[in-house]
Amino acid sequence: MKILVCIKQVPDMESKFKINAEGTWYDGIDLAWRMNEYDEYAVEQAVQLKEQVAGSDLTVLCIGRQQVQETMKKALAIGCDRGVHVADENSHQKDPFEIASVIAEFASDKGFDLIFTGMQSQDRGSAQVGVLIAEMLGMPSISTIVDFAFADGQISAKRELEGGIKALVKTTAPALVTCQLGLNTPRYPTLPNIMKAKKKELLSVEVADLLKVEAKQETAKIYFPEKKGGGLVLEGEVADLADQLIQILKDKTAVLA
Amino acid sequence: MKALLVAEYRDGQLLGSTYELVAFANQLGAESAMFLVGSDSALPQYDGPLYLADSGKYSEFNPAVHKQLLLDVIAKEQPEMVVFAHSSYGWDLAPRIALTLGAAQVSEVVEIVDGVPVAPVCNSKLRRQVKANTDRTVVTLQAGAFGLSDEPSGSPTVEMIDTDSDSAAQIEFCGYEEAEAGGVDLSKADVIVSAGRGIGKPENLEIVEVLAKALGGEYGASRPVVDSDWADHSRQVGTTGQTVSPKLYVACGISGAIQHLAGMKKSEFIVAINTDKDAPIGEVADVLLVADLKQFLPVLTEKVRAL
Ligand SMILES: Cc1cc2nc3c(=O)[nH]c(=O)nc-3n(C[C@H](O)[C@H](O)[C@H](O)COP(=O)(O)OP(=O)(O)OC[C@H]3O[C@@H](n4cnc5c(N)ncnc54)[C@H](O)[C@@H]3O)c2cc1C
Repeated sequence: MKILVCIKQVPDMESKFKINAEGTWYDGIDLAWRMNEYDEYAVEQAVQLKEQVAGSDLTVLCIGRQQVQETMKKALAIGCDRGVHVADENSHQKDPFEIASVIAEFASDKGFDLIFTGMQSQDRGSAQVGVLIAEMLGMPSISTIVDFAFADGQISAKRELEGGIKALVKTTAPALVTCQLGLNTPRYPTLPNIMKAKKKELLSVEVADLLKVEAKQETAKIYFPEKKGGGLVLEGEVADLADQLIQILKDKTAVLA
Repeated sequence: MKALLVAEYRDGQLLGSTYELVAFANQLGAESAMFLVGSDSALPQYDGPLYLADSGKYSEFNPAVHKQLLLDVIAKEQPEMVVFAHSSYGWDLAPRIALTLGAAQVSEVVEIVDGVPVAPVCNSKLRRQVKANTDRTVVTLQAGAFGLSDEPSGSPTVEMIDTDSDSAAQIEFCGYEEAEAGGVDLSKADVIVSAGRGIGKPENLEIVEVLAKALGGEYGASRPVVDSDWADHSRQVGTTGQTVSPKLYVACGISGAIQHLAGMKKSEFIVAINTDKDAPIGEVADVLLVADLKQFLPVLTEKVRAL
Protein backbone atom coordinates (compact mmCIF):
# COMPACT_ATOMS: atom_id res chain seq x y z
CA MET A 1 0.00 0.00 0.00
CA LYS A 2 1.37 3.41 -0.97
CA ILE A 3 0.65 6.22 1.45
CA LEU A 4 1.37 9.94 1.25
CA VAL A 5 1.16 12.41 4.11
CA CYS A 6 1.44 16.14 3.42
CA ILE A 7 2.72 18.43 6.14
CA LYS A 8 3.42 22.11 6.60
CA GLN A 9 5.86 23.93 8.82
CA VAL A 10 4.25 26.83 10.69
CA PRO A 11 5.39 29.31 13.32
CA ASP A 12 4.59 28.67 16.94
CA MET A 13 1.35 30.58 17.44
CA GLU A 14 2.60 32.06 20.72
CA SER A 15 5.32 33.90 18.77
CA LYS A 16 5.49 37.65 18.72
CA PHE A 17 4.65 38.30 15.07
CA LYS A 18 6.03 41.13 12.99
CA ILE A 19 4.92 42.19 9.54
CA ASN A 20 7.33 41.97 6.60
CA ALA A 21 8.64 45.04 4.77
CA GLU A 22 6.12 44.66 1.93
CA GLY A 23 3.22 44.41 4.40
CA THR A 24 2.01 41.23 2.71
CA TRP A 25 2.92 38.50 5.21
CA TYR A 26 4.42 37.99 8.64
CA ASP A 27 8.16 38.25 8.89
CA GLY A 28 9.76 34.80 8.89
CA ILE A 29 12.76 35.91 10.96
CA ASP A 30 13.07 35.24 14.70
CA LEU A 31 10.20 32.78 14.84
CA ALA A 32 10.16 29.30 16.36
CA TRP A 33 8.90 26.79 13.78
CA ARG A 34 7.06 23.53 14.25
CA MET A 35 4.86 21.01 12.46
CA ASN A 36 1.32 22.27 11.80
CA GLU A 37 -0.70 20.81 14.65
CA TYR A 38 -3.33 19.22 12.39
CA ASP A 39 -0.57 17.50 10.41
CA GLU A 40 0.78 15.82 13.55
CA TYR A 41 -2.46 13.83 13.62
CA ALA A 42 -2.15 13.13 9.88
CA VAL A 43 1.37 11.77 10.30
CA GLU A 44 0.37 9.59 13.25
CA GLN A 45 -2.62 8.14 11.37
CA ALA A 46 -0.49 7.47 8.29
CA VAL A 47 2.12 5.69 10.40
CA GLN A 48 -0.58 3.62 12.12
CA LEU A 49 -1.96 2.59 8.74
CA LYS A 50 1.51 1.68 7.52
CA GLU A 51 1.99 -0.48 10.60
CA GLN A 52 -1.39 -2.11 10.04
CA VAL A 53 -0.93 -3.00 6.35
CA ALA A 54 2.19 -5.07 5.83
CA GLY A 55 4.49 -3.98 3.02
CA SER A 56 3.27 -0.37 3.03
CA ASP A 57 5.42 2.52 1.97
CA LEU A 58 4.90 5.95 3.49
CA THR A 59 6.13 9.20 1.92
CA VAL A 60 6.02 12.55 3.71
CA LEU A 61 5.89 15.67 1.55
CA CYS A 62 6.51 19.25 2.56
CA ILE A 63 6.75 22.46 0.53
CA GLY A 64 8.94 25.31 1.70
CA ARG A 65 12.38 26.64 2.47
CA GLN A 66 15.38 24.53 3.41
CA GLN A 67 14.39 24.85 7.08
CA VAL A 68 11.26 22.69 6.61
CA GLN A 69 13.56 19.66 6.47
CA GLU A 70 13.82 19.96 10.26
CA THR A 71 10.09 19.35 10.55
CA MET A 72 10.25 16.58 7.94
CA LYS A 73 12.89 14.82 10.04
CA LYS A 74 10.41 14.63 12.88
CA ALA A 75 7.91 12.92 10.56
CA LEU A 76 10.63 10.51 9.45
CA ALA A 77 11.54 9.78 13.07
CA ILE A 78 7.89 9.03 13.84
CA GLY A 79 7.78 6.44 11.06
CA CYS A 80 7.56 7.85 7.54
CA ASP A 81 9.84 5.93 5.17
CA ARG A 82 10.97 8.71 2.86
CA GLY A 83 10.70 12.43 2.52
CA VAL A 84 10.05 14.62 -0.51
CA HIS A 85 10.97 18.22 0.05
CA VAL A 86 9.52 20.54 -2.58
CA ALA A 87 12.01 23.40 -2.34
CA ASP A 88 10.29 26.76 -2.52
CA GLU A 89 11.51 30.05 -1.05
CA ASN A 90 8.11 31.63 -1.61
CA SER A 91 5.67 28.96 -0.51
CA HIS A 92 4.13 31.42 1.98
CA GLN A 93 2.95 33.53 -0.95
CA LYS A 94 1.30 30.66 -2.78
CA ASP A 95 -2.43 30.30 -2.53
CA PRO A 96 -4.17 27.02 -1.64
CA PHE A 97 -4.86 26.34 -5.32
CA GLU A 98 -1.16 26.55 -6.23
CA ILE A 99 -0.07 24.44 -3.24
CA ALA A 100 -2.66 21.76 -4.03
CA SER A 101 -1.66 21.82 -7.72
CA VAL A 102 1.99 21.23 -6.84
CA ILE A 103 1.13 18.27 -4.61
CA ALA A 104 -1.36 16.81 -7.11
CA GLU A 105 1.25 17.15 -9.87
CA PHE A 106 3.76 15.26 -7.73
CA ALA A 107 1.24 12.58 -6.77
CA SER A 108 -0.37 12.14 -10.18
CA ASP A 109 1.87 9.30 -11.40
CA LYS A 110 2.75 7.72 -8.05
CA GLY A 111 -0.38 5.64 -7.48
CA PHE A 112 -0.94 6.52 -3.82
CA ASP A 113 -3.73 4.48 -2.23
CA LEU A 114 -4.23 6.87 0.63
CA ILE A 115 -3.32 10.50 1.16
CA PHE A 116 -3.43 12.19 4.55
CA THR A 117 -3.38 15.94 5.16
CA GLY A 118 -4.26 18.18 8.09
CA MET A 119 -7.72 19.74 7.82
CA GLN A 120 -6.12 23.21 7.72
CA SER A 121 -2.92 25.02 8.57
CA GLN A 122 -2.61 27.02 11.76
CA ASP A 123 -1.34 30.13 10.00
CA ARG A 124 -3.53 30.47 6.88
CA GLY A 125 -6.38 28.30 8.05
CA SER A 126 -7.98 28.05 4.61
CA ALA A 127 -9.00 24.39 4.94
CA GLN A 128 -8.80 23.94 1.17
CA VAL A 129 -5.61 22.13 0.19
CA GLY A 130 -6.56 18.55 1.10
CA VAL A 131 -9.95 18.60 -0.61
CA LEU A 132 -8.44 20.33 -3.67
CA ILE A 133 -5.70 17.71 -4.06
CA ALA A 134 -8.29 14.94 -4.08
CA GLU A 135 -10.49 16.76 -6.59
CA MET A 136 -7.49 17.33 -8.85
CA LEU A 137 -6.57 13.65 -8.64
CA GLY A 138 -10.19 12.58 -9.11
CA MET A 139 -10.38 10.64 -5.85
CA PRO A 140 -12.94 10.86 -3.04
CA SER A 141 -12.02 12.87 0.03
CA ILE A 142 -13.37 12.99 3.55
CA SER A 143 -12.60 16.16 5.48
CA THR A 144 -12.32 16.87 9.21
CA ILE A 145 -12.02 13.30 10.45
CA VAL A 146 -11.80 12.40 14.14
CA ASP A 147 -11.87 8.64 13.63
CA PHE A 148 -10.33 6.45 10.93
CA ALA A 149 -10.41 2.73 10.18
CA PHE A 150 -9.20 0.81 7.16
CA ALA A 151 -10.08 -2.76 6.17
CA ASP A 152 -10.13 -4.52 2.79
CA GLY A 153 -9.73 -1.33 0.80
CA GLN A 154 -12.64 0.31 2.66
CA ILE A 155 -12.26 3.45 4.72
CA SER A 156 -14.66 4.12 7.56
CA ALA A 157 -14.32 7.53 9.11
CA LYS A 158 -16.12 9.93 11.39
CA ARG A 159 -16.37 13.55 10.34
CA GLU A 160 -16.66 16.03 13.15
CA LEU A 161 -19.56 18.44 12.85
CA GLU A 162 -20.52 21.45 14.95
CA GLY A 163 -21.62 20.76 18.52
CA GLY A 164 -19.59 17.56 18.78
CA ILE A 165 -21.90 15.53 16.53
CA LYS A 166 -20.18 13.14 14.14
CA ALA A 167 -21.14 11.91 10.69
CA LEU A 168 -20.26 8.31 9.88
CA VAL A 169 -18.98 7.95 6.33
CA LYS A 170 -17.43 5.29 4.17
CA THR A 171 -15.45 5.34 0.98
CA THR A 172 -13.05 3.19 -1.00
CA ALA A 173 -9.32 3.67 -1.58
CA PRO A 174 -7.68 5.42 -3.35
CA ALA A 175 -8.90 8.32 -1.27
CA LEU A 176 -7.78 11.33 0.74
CA VAL A 177 -8.67 12.29 4.30
CA THR A 178 -8.07 15.58 6.11
CA CYS A 179 -7.32 15.21 9.81
CA GLN A 180 -8.85 17.12 12.69
CA LEU A 181 -7.38 17.65 16.16
CA GLY A 182 -7.89 14.71 18.51
CA LEU A 183 -8.00 12.07 15.74
CA ASN A 184 -5.43 9.99 17.64
CA THR A 185 -2.61 10.41 20.14
CA PRO A 186 0.48 11.49 18.20
CA ARG A 187 3.56 9.65 19.44
CA TYR A 188 6.84 11.31 20.28
CA PRO A 189 9.90 10.34 18.26
CA THR A 190 12.29 8.21 20.31
CA LEU A 191 16.01 8.88 20.32
CA PRO A 192 16.94 5.70 18.38
CA ASN A 193 14.31 6.57 15.78
CA ILE A 194 15.61 10.10 15.51
CA MET A 195 19.05 8.62 14.76
CA LYS A 196 17.60 6.16 12.24
CA ALA A 197 15.65 8.95 10.54
CA LYS A 198 18.90 10.66 9.64
CA LYS A 199 19.65 7.81 7.24
CA LYS A 200 16.26 7.87 5.55
CA GLU A 201 15.94 9.18 2.02
CA LEU A 202 15.07 12.88 1.83
CA LEU A 203 14.68 13.88 -1.78
CA SER A 204 14.54 17.50 -2.84
CA VAL A 205 12.65 18.69 -5.92
CA GLU A 206 12.32 22.22 -7.23
CA VAL A 207 8.86 23.72 -7.01
CA ALA A 208 9.25 25.08 -10.55
CA ASP A 209 9.22 21.50 -11.85
CA LEU A 210 5.78 20.91 -10.35
CA LEU A 211 4.07 24.28 -10.54
CA LYS A 212 2.04 24.63 -13.74
CA VAL A 213 -0.70 27.03 -12.64
CA GLU A 214 -1.12 30.61 -11.49
CA ALA A 215 -2.47 31.88 -8.21
CA LYS A 216 -6.15 32.68 -8.01
CA GLN A 217 -5.73 35.05 -5.08
CA GLU A 218 -3.12 37.00 -3.19
CA THR A 219 -2.73 38.71 0.14
CA ALA A 220 -2.99 42.42 -0.56
CA LYS A 221 -2.21 43.44 2.98
CA ILE A 222 -1.63 41.86 6.35
CA TYR A 223 -2.11 43.72 9.63
CA PHE A 224 -2.85 43.44 13.33
CA PRO A 225 -6.55 43.66 14.14
CA GLU A 226 -7.59 46.74 16.06
CA LYS A 227 -8.15 45.98 19.71
CA LYS A 228 -11.90 46.32 19.99
CA GLY A 229 -12.63 45.37 23.56
CA GLY A 230 -11.87 48.03 26.12
CA GLY A 231 -10.63 45.26 28.40
CA LEU A 232 -8.19 45.97 31.18
CA VAL A 233 -4.69 44.51 30.93
CA LEU A 234 -2.97 44.02 34.28
CA GLU A 235 0.65 43.12 34.88
CA GLY A 236 2.71 42.82 38.03
CA GLU A 237 3.23 40.71 41.16
CA VAL A 238 0.86 37.76 41.47
CA ALA A 239 -0.32 38.74 44.95
CA ASP A 240 -1.09 42.29 43.78
CA LEU A 241 -2.83 40.97 40.71
CA ALA A 242 -4.97 38.66 42.82
CA ASP A 243 -6.01 41.54 45.10
CA GLN A 244 -6.85 43.73 42.13
CA LEU A 245 -8.86 40.97 40.50
CA ILE A 246 -10.85 40.29 43.67
CA GLN A 247 -11.70 43.98 43.94
CA ILE A 248 -12.81 44.04 40.30
CA LEU A 249 -14.96 40.94 40.78
CA LYS A 250 -16.56 42.51 43.85
CA ASP A 251 -17.32 45.69 41.91
CA LYS A 252 -18.40 44.24 38.61
CA THR A 253 -19.92 40.83 39.36
CA ALA A 254 -22.05 39.18 42.01
CA VAL A 255 -20.03 35.98 42.22
CA LEU A 256 -18.12 36.85 45.41
CA ALA A 257 -21.20 38.08 47.23
CA MET B 1 -23.84 41.83 -8.03
CA LYS B 2 -25.46 38.45 -7.61
CA ALA B 3 -24.67 36.00 -4.82
CA LEU B 4 -25.73 32.39 -4.51
CA LEU B 5 -26.15 31.40 -0.86
CA VAL B 6 -25.55 27.77 0.04
CA ALA B 7 -27.85 27.08 2.99
CA GLU B 8 -27.27 24.27 5.45
CA TYR B 9 -29.49 21.54 6.72
CA ARG B 10 -28.81 18.79 9.24
CA ASP B 11 -30.85 16.05 10.79
CA GLY B 12 -34.09 17.43 9.41
CA GLN B 13 -33.39 21.02 10.47
CA LEU B 14 -32.39 24.15 8.63
CA LEU B 15 -29.25 25.54 10.32
CA GLY B 16 -29.14 29.07 11.72
CA SER B 17 -25.95 29.79 9.77
CA THR B 18 -28.23 30.14 6.73
CA TYR B 19 -29.28 33.57 8.00
CA GLU B 20 -25.67 34.67 8.36
CA LEU B 21 -25.37 34.17 4.60
CA VAL B 22 -28.46 36.32 4.07
CA ALA B 23 -27.01 39.02 6.35
CA PHE B 24 -23.78 38.93 4.34
CA ALA B 25 -25.63 39.36 1.02
CA ASN B 26 -27.67 42.22 2.52
CA GLN B 27 -24.51 43.93 3.72
CA LEU B 28 -23.03 43.70 0.22
CA GLY B 29 -26.25 44.96 -1.29
CA ALA B 30 -26.19 41.89 -3.49
CA GLU B 31 -29.10 40.34 -5.29
CA SER B 32 -29.31 36.76 -4.04
CA ALA B 33 -30.65 33.29 -4.64
CA MET B 34 -30.42 30.32 -2.31
CA PHE B 35 -29.47 26.68 -2.73
CA LEU B 36 -30.44 23.99 -0.24
CA VAL B 37 -30.33 20.25 -0.05
CA GLY B 38 -33.05 19.88 2.55
CA SER B 39 -36.77 19.54 2.71
CA ASP B 40 -39.86 21.64 2.11
CA SER B 41 -40.89 21.00 5.72
CA ALA B 42 -38.04 23.23 6.97
CA LEU B 43 -37.80 26.10 4.53
CA PRO B 44 -35.79 29.24 5.28
CA GLN B 45 -37.59 32.49 6.00
CA TYR B 46 -36.21 34.27 3.01
CA ASP B 47 -37.63 36.35 0.19
CA GLY B 48 -36.06 35.13 -3.02
CA PRO B 49 -35.61 32.13 -5.27
CA LEU B 50 -34.73 28.90 -3.49
CA TYR B 51 -33.38 25.94 -5.42
CA LEU B 52 -34.29 22.96 -3.31
CA ALA B 53 -33.04 19.40 -3.70
CA ASP B 54 -34.62 16.71 -1.57
CA SER B 55 -32.21 15.47 1.10
CA GLY B 56 -34.26 12.29 1.34
CA LYS B 57 -33.18 11.52 -2.19
CA TYR B 58 -29.70 13.04 -2.30
CA SER B 59 -28.67 12.52 1.37
CA GLU B 60 -27.69 15.23 3.82
CA PHE B 61 -24.05 14.53 3.09
CA ASN B 62 -22.88 13.49 -0.33
CA PRO B 63 -20.20 15.87 -1.64
CA ALA B 64 -20.04 14.67 -5.24
CA VAL B 65 -23.80 14.78 -5.75
CA HIS B 66 -24.33 18.06 -3.87
CA LYS B 67 -21.54 19.50 -5.99
CA GLN B 68 -23.34 18.52 -9.18
CA LEU B 69 -26.68 19.91 -7.97
CA LEU B 70 -25.00 23.18 -7.02
CA LEU B 71 -23.05 23.47 -10.28
CA ASP B 72 -26.30 23.14 -12.23
CA VAL B 73 -27.81 26.03 -10.27
CA ILE B 74 -24.66 28.13 -10.74
CA ALA B 75 -24.86 27.51 -14.50
CA LYS B 76 -28.41 28.80 -14.47
CA GLU B 77 -28.07 31.73 -12.07
CA GLN B 78 -24.56 32.86 -13.08
CA PRO B 79 -23.71 34.39 -9.68
CA GLU B 80 -20.51 36.41 -9.25
CA MET B 81 -20.14 35.02 -5.75
CA VAL B 82 -20.98 31.66 -4.17
CA VAL B 83 -21.33 31.97 -0.41
CA PHE B 84 -20.97 29.20 2.18
CA ALA B 85 -20.72 29.12 5.96
CA HIS B 86 -17.20 28.22 7.11
CA SER B 87 -18.53 25.04 8.67
CA SER B 88 -18.01 21.32 8.33
CA TYR B 89 -20.43 21.37 5.37
CA GLY B 90 -19.11 24.59 3.82
CA TRP B 91 -15.36 23.97 3.98
CA ASP B 92 -15.94 20.51 2.53
CA LEU B 93 -18.04 21.56 -0.45
CA ALA B 94 -16.62 25.01 -1.25
CA PRO B 95 -13.20 23.90 -2.64
CA ARG B 96 -14.90 21.36 -4.89
CA ILE B 97 -17.04 24.12 -6.39
CA ALA B 98 -14.23 26.68 -6.59
CA LEU B 99 -11.99 24.27 -8.47
CA THR B 100 -14.60 23.41 -11.07
CA LEU B 101 -15.49 27.08 -11.56
CA GLY B 102 -11.84 28.14 -11.70
CA ALA B 103 -12.73 30.65 -8.99
CA ALA B 104 -10.66 31.97 -6.10
CA GLN B 105 -11.89 30.74 -2.75
CA VAL B 106 -11.49 33.04 0.23
CA SER B 107 -11.96 31.09 3.47
CA GLU B 108 -13.32 32.22 6.80
CA VAL B 109 -14.19 35.79 5.82
CA VAL B 110 -14.74 37.95 8.91
CA GLU B 111 -15.60 41.23 7.24
CA ILE B 112 -15.63 43.07 3.94
CA VAL B 113 -13.65 46.32 3.86
CA ASP B 114 -14.10 48.50 0.76
CA GLY B 115 -15.35 45.47 -1.13
CA VAL B 116 -12.30 43.37 -0.18
CA PRO B 117 -12.73 40.23 1.96
CA VAL B 118 -10.71 40.01 5.18
CA ALA B 119 -9.65 36.69 6.72
CA PRO B 120 -7.83 35.79 9.95
CA VAL B 121 -4.23 34.54 10.03
CA CYS B 122 -2.32 32.79 12.82
CA ASN B 123 -5.13 32.08 15.24
CA SER B 124 -6.60 35.57 14.66
CA LYS B 125 -3.42 37.30 15.78
CA LEU B 126 -3.28 38.85 12.30
CA ARG B 127 -5.74 39.72 9.57
CA ARG B 128 -5.28 39.79 5.82
CA GLN B 129 -7.07 41.45 2.96
CA VAL B 130 -7.44 39.02 0.11
CA LYS B 131 -7.41 40.07 -3.50
CA ALA B 132 -9.02 37.59 -5.87
CA ASN B 133 -7.57 37.34 -9.38
CA THR B 134 -10.74 35.79 -10.76
CA ASP B 135 -14.04 37.47 -11.68
CA ARG B 136 -16.02 34.92 -9.82
CA THR B 137 -15.30 34.08 -6.19
CA VAL B 138 -16.28 31.50 -3.63
CA VAL B 139 -16.30 32.61 -0.01
CA THR B 140 -16.87 30.86 3.31
CA LEU B 141 -17.99 33.04 6.23
CA GLN B 142 -16.66 32.73 9.76
CA ALA B 143 -19.41 31.58 12.12
CA GLY B 144 -20.96 34.56 13.86
CA ALA B 145 -19.16 37.20 11.79
CA PHE B 146 -22.32 38.33 10.01
CA GLY B 147 -25.74 38.49 11.60
CA LEU B 148 -29.19 39.76 10.77
CA SER B 149 -30.26 42.73 12.85
CA ASP B 150 -33.90 41.64 12.70
CA GLU B 151 -35.61 38.30 12.99
CA PRO B 152 -35.52 36.49 9.64
CA SER B 153 -38.68 36.81 7.60
CA GLY B 154 -40.10 36.10 4.18
CA SER B 155 -40.96 33.07 2.14
CA PRO B 156 -38.96 31.76 -0.77
CA THR B 157 -40.08 30.94 -4.27
CA VAL B 158 -39.20 27.28 -4.33
CA GLU B 159 -37.96 25.47 -7.40
CA MET B 160 -37.28 21.77 -6.91
CA ILE B 161 -34.10 20.55 -8.59
CA ASP B 162 -32.76 17.13 -9.56
CA THR B 163 -29.69 15.54 -11.00
CA ASP B 164 -29.09 12.16 -12.55
CA SER B 165 -25.45 12.08 -11.48
CA ASP B 166 -26.14 9.58 -8.69
CA SER B 167 -23.35 7.48 -10.12
CA ALA B 168 -20.96 10.15 -8.89
CA ALA B 169 -21.67 9.13 -5.30
CA GLN B 170 -18.27 8.16 -3.96
CA ILE B 171 -18.98 8.63 -0.31
CA GLU B 172 -21.55 6.72 1.63
CA PHE B 173 -23.13 8.60 4.53
CA CYS B 174 -24.20 6.16 7.25
CA GLY B 175 -25.81 8.45 9.82
CA TYR B 176 -24.95 10.62 12.80
CA GLU B 177 -23.39 9.87 16.12
CA GLU B 178 -24.55 12.20 18.89
CA ALA B 179 -22.04 13.82 21.23
CA GLU B 180 -21.51 11.64 24.28
CA ALA B 181 -24.21 12.15 26.85
CA GLY B 182 -23.51 12.48 30.56
CA GLY B 183 -20.82 14.34 32.40
CA VAL B 184 -21.35 17.85 33.72
CA ASP B 185 -23.86 20.34 32.43
CA LEU B 186 -21.73 23.46 32.20
CA SER B 187 -24.67 25.55 31.07
CA LYS B 188 -26.01 25.47 34.65
CA ALA B 189 -22.85 26.86 36.27
CA ASP B 190 -22.68 30.54 37.31
CA VAL B 191 -18.91 30.44 37.32
CA ILE B 192 -16.71 28.49 34.94
CA VAL B 193 -12.94 28.36 35.28
CA SER B 194 -11.44 26.79 32.17
CA ALA B 195 -8.09 25.18 31.62
CA GLY B 196 -6.24 25.54 28.33
CA ARG B 197 -3.09 24.01 26.93
CA GLY B 198 -1.20 26.60 28.98
CA ILE B 199 -1.64 24.35 32.03
CA GLY B 200 1.24 22.38 30.51
CA LYS B 201 0.54 19.03 32.15
CA PRO B 202 -2.48 17.14 33.45
CA GLU B 203 -1.44 17.53 37.11
CA ASN B 204 -2.00 21.27 36.81
CA LEU B 205 -5.67 20.79 36.08
CA GLU B 206 -6.10 20.56 39.83
CA ILE B 207 -5.20 24.21 40.49
CA VAL B 208 -7.91 25.18 38.00
CA GLU B 209 -10.40 22.82 39.57
CA VAL B 210 -9.82 24.09 43.11
CA LEU B 211 -10.25 27.70 42.01
CA ALA B 212 -13.51 26.72 40.31
CA LYS B 213 -14.66 25.13 43.57
CA ALA B 214 -13.57 28.11 45.67
CA LEU B 215 -15.68 30.31 43.40
CA GLY B 216 -18.60 27.92 43.65
CA GLY B 217 -18.41 26.93 40.01
CA GLU B 218 -17.35 24.20 37.61
CA TYR B 219 -14.20 23.75 35.65
CA GLY B 220 -14.22 23.72 31.85
CA ALA B 221 -11.53 23.11 29.27
CA SER B 222 -10.34 24.05 25.83
CA ARG B 223 -10.11 21.42 23.16
CA PRO B 224 -6.44 20.37 23.46
CA VAL B 225 -7.03 19.54 27.14
CA VAL B 226 -9.93 17.30 26.14
CA ASP B 227 -8.13 15.81 23.13
CA SER B 228 -5.29 14.83 25.47
CA ASP B 229 -7.82 13.06 27.70
CA TRP B 230 -7.00 15.33 30.64
CA ALA B 231 -10.67 16.30 30.89
CA ASP B 232 -13.99 14.84 29.84
CA HIS B 233 -15.56 16.00 26.56
CA SER B 234 -18.60 17.33 28.43
CA ARG B 235 -16.27 20.02 29.83
CA GLN B 236 -15.14 21.29 26.43
CA VAL B 237 -16.19 24.83 25.62
CA GLY B 238 -16.44 25.90 21.98
CA THR B 239 -17.96 25.14 18.59
CA THR B 240 -17.44 21.42 18.96
CA GLY B 241 -18.27 21.40 22.66
CA GLN B 242 -20.58 23.43 24.90
CA THR B 243 -21.79 26.99 24.47
CA VAL B 244 -21.91 28.71 27.84
CA SER B 245 -22.77 32.15 29.21
CA PRO B 246 -22.00 32.10 32.94
CA LYS B 247 -21.81 35.18 35.19
CA LEU B 248 -18.05 34.73 35.29
CA TYR B 249 -15.76 32.89 32.90
CA VAL B 250 -12.08 32.57 33.78
CA ALA B 251 -9.87 31.39 30.90
CA CYS B 252 -6.56 30.01 32.20
CA GLY B 253 -3.85 29.42 29.61
CA ILE B 254 -6.29 29.66 26.70
CA SER B 255 -5.16 31.58 23.62
CA GLY B 256 -8.65 32.51 22.42
CA ALA B 257 -9.04 30.73 19.09
CA ILE B 258 -12.29 31.62 17.33
CA GLN B 259 -13.69 28.13 17.93
CA HIS B 260 -13.20 28.57 21.67
CA LEU B 261 -14.53 32.14 21.73
CA ALA B 262 -17.69 31.01 19.96
CA GLY B 263 -18.52 28.94 23.03
CA MET B 264 -17.93 31.54 25.76
CA LYS B 265 -17.92 35.09 24.46
CA LYS B 266 -21.47 35.70 25.67
CA SER B 267 -20.36 35.20 29.28
CA GLU B 268 -21.28 38.19 31.45
CA PHE B 269 -17.76 38.82 32.73
CA ILE B 270 -14.58 37.34 31.28
CA VAL B 271 -11.20 37.11 32.99
CA ALA B 272 -8.17 35.72 31.18
CA ILE B 273 -4.89 34.61 32.67
CA ASN B 274 -2.18 34.34 30.09
CA THR B 275 1.58 34.80 29.82
CA ASP B 276 1.12 36.25 26.34
CA LYS B 277 -0.11 39.83 26.50
CA ASP B 278 -1.10 39.65 22.80
CA ALA B 279 -3.14 36.44 23.09
CA PRO B 280 -6.40 36.89 21.11
CA ILE B 281 -8.41 36.05 24.26
CA GLY B 282 -7.71 39.71 25.13
CA GLU B 283 -10.23 40.65 22.43
CA VAL B 284 -13.13 39.42 24.53
CA ALA B 285 -11.71 39.56 28.07
CA ASP B 286 -12.89 42.26 30.47
CA VAL B 287 -9.64 41.72 32.36
CA LEU B 288 -6.47 40.11 31.04
CA LEU B 289 -3.96 39.23 33.75
CA VAL B 290 -0.51 38.77 32.31
CA ALA B 291 0.78 36.03 34.59
CA ASP B 292 1.91 32.44 34.81
CA LEU B 293 -1.17 30.51 35.85
CA LYS B 294 0.91 28.07 37.90
CA GLN B 295 1.97 30.89 40.21
CA PHE B 296 -1.14 33.01 40.00
CA LEU B 297 -3.99 30.53 40.47
CA PRO B 298 -2.93 29.11 43.87
CA VAL B 299 -2.48 32.64 45.24
CA LEU B 300 -5.88 33.71 43.94
CA THR B 301 -7.56 30.60 45.32
CA GLU B 302 -6.09 31.26 48.79
CA LYS B 303 -7.35 34.83 48.76
CA VAL B 304 -10.81 33.83 47.54
CA ARG B 305 -11.06 31.21 50.30
CA ALA B 306 -10.04 33.79 52.87
CA LEU B 307 -12.91 36.13 51.94
C1 LIG C 1 -13.35 22.78 13.40
C2 LIG C 1 -12.68 23.10 14.69
C3 LIG C 1 -13.37 23.02 15.86
C4 LIG C 1 -12.77 23.35 17.07
N1 LIG C 1 -13.51 23.31 18.22
C5 LIG C 1 -12.96 23.76 19.38
C6 LIG C 1 -13.73 23.83 20.59
O1 LIG C 1 -14.92 23.46 20.65
N2 LIG C 1 -13.13 24.30 21.72
C7 LIG C 1 -11.82 24.72 21.74
O2 LIG C 1 -11.33 25.15 22.80
N3 LIG C 1 -11.06 24.63 20.62
C8 LIG C 1 -11.60 24.16 19.45
N4 LIG C 1 -10.81 24.07 18.32
C9 LIG C 1 -9.35 24.27 18.44
C10 LIG C 1 -8.95 25.72 18.43
O3 LIG C 1 -8.74 26.15 17.10
C11 LIG C 1 -7.62 25.89 19.20
O4 LIG C 1 -6.65 25.02 18.68
C12 LIG C 1 -7.77 25.63 20.69
O5 LIG C 1 -8.88 26.33 21.22
C13 LIG C 1 -6.52 26.06 21.42
O6 LIG C 1 -6.63 25.73 22.78
P1 LIG C 1 -5.78 26.53 23.86
O7 LIG C 1 -6.10 27.96 23.81
O8 LIG C 1 -5.98 25.83 25.15
O9 LIG C 1 -4.28 26.24 23.41
P2 LIG C 1 -3.23 27.19 22.70
O10 LIG C 1 -3.79 27.87 21.54
O11 LIG C 1 -2.01 26.38 22.53
O12 LIG C 1 -2.97 28.32 23.80
C14 LIG C 1 -2.33 28.12 25.01
C15 LIG C 1 -2.25 29.47 25.70
O13 LIG C 1 -1.69 29.31 26.99
C16 LIG C 1 -0.82 30.39 27.26
N5 LIG C 1 0.11 29.89 28.27
C17 LIG C 1 1.13 29.01 28.11
N6 LIG C 1 1.73 28.78 29.29
C18 LIG C 1 1.07 29.52 30.20
C19 LIG C 1 1.22 29.69 31.61
N7 LIG C 1 2.15 29.04 32.31
N8 LIG C 1 0.39 30.55 32.24
C20 LIG C 1 -0.57 31.21 31.56
N9 LIG C 1 -0.76 31.08 30.22
C21 LIG C 1 0.05 30.24 29.57
C22 LIG C 1 -0.19 30.71 25.94
O14 LIG C 1 0.29 32.03 25.90
C23 LIG C 1 -1.37 30.49 24.97
O15 LIG C 1 -2.09 31.69 24.78
C24 LIG C 1 -11.41 23.73 17.10
C25 LIG C 1 -10.69 23.78 15.91
C26 LIG C 1 -11.30 23.48 14.71
C27 LIG C 1 -10.52 23.57 13.44
